[in-house]
Amino acid sequence: MAEGFFSRGFRGRRRHTRGDDHLPPGQYLEDGFPVLSAGPTPHTPLEDWDFTVVGEIDEPKRWTWEEFRALPAEEVTKDIHCVTKWSKLGTRWEGVSVDTLLDGVETAAEYVTAFCDGGYTTNLPLEDVTGGQAWVAFAYEGEPLEPAHGGPARLLVPHLYFWKSAKWVRGLRLTAYDVPGFWESLGYHNYGDPWREQRYWGD
Amino acid sequence: MDELRLDGNAAAGTLGEVFTFEATTAQYACEGCGRADQIGAAMVYEVRGLGTIVRCPSCDNVLIRLAHDRGRYWMDLRGMKYLQAANFAG
Repeated sequence: MAEGFFSRGFRGRRRHTRGDDHLPPGQYLEDGFPVLSAGPTPHTPLEDWDFTVVGEIDEPKRWTWEEFRALPAEEVTKDIHCVTKWSKLGTRWEGVSVDTLLDGVETAAEYVTAFCDGGYTTNLPLEDVTGGQAWVAFAYEGEPLEPAHGGPARLLVPHLYFWKSAKWVRGLRLTAYDVPGFWESLGYHNYGDPWREQRYWGD
Repeated sequence: MDELRLDGNAAAGTLGEVFTFEATTAQYACEGCGRADQIGAAMVYEVRGLGTIVRCPSCDNVLIRLAHDRGRYWMDLRGMKYLQAANFAG
């Protein structure tokens, strides 16, 4: 009756493919689009808005709203997963790829901190916002992104829990060291892979 | 969205889980602007399922961040110069 060693708990890293309705562990399908916010909704006028890439970079980059909207943008359809257990499948966004924003940037940094109006921050490995994995999104379901959902622009990193998709994003700071952001410094997982159910530190 | 914002008394239950004193009448001074007031007068954002954020009504500075998971509480009180509470056992 000898059986080979079988690890029942190991799930491995699943790549979610379009059309696959399977949800990450512990998630439920949500019809609405819940608004969660840790502070007042910012209302930065577009004439005052800019997006910057700063930190471990020789020459910081900056775009005004007009310059940002003149960049090549793409439409993407993604599933999103909130750590509070709701998921929405097939959400449509339009945004500028972070690859476009970092085009030509030379850096030794391995991490980024997204910083936002209102003071919110979140940290990610640089390799998780490049290679077609992240956007600065300005439209949702064909309409300009509402302030309550992070408008005029939010970060969109759908392969991680949605707290990493920072609302009201104003820039990326390239850092040599990983700097835990707003929720990461309050017990939430530093990386946040929904498929490995990395909700809290120690998961 | 303002409808997500409550006054400090709404956090009484959550703060009462970690503080043995009556938190809403506790006095704080904001590290951001220096405003001194009762926690009950501050702005509270109960971020559903994520945590409780208490902000100064004058400058929006985060006074208290509180989260909990599986029996652990995480607290950040750096936004206040001090928190002062009456000790009725005293």
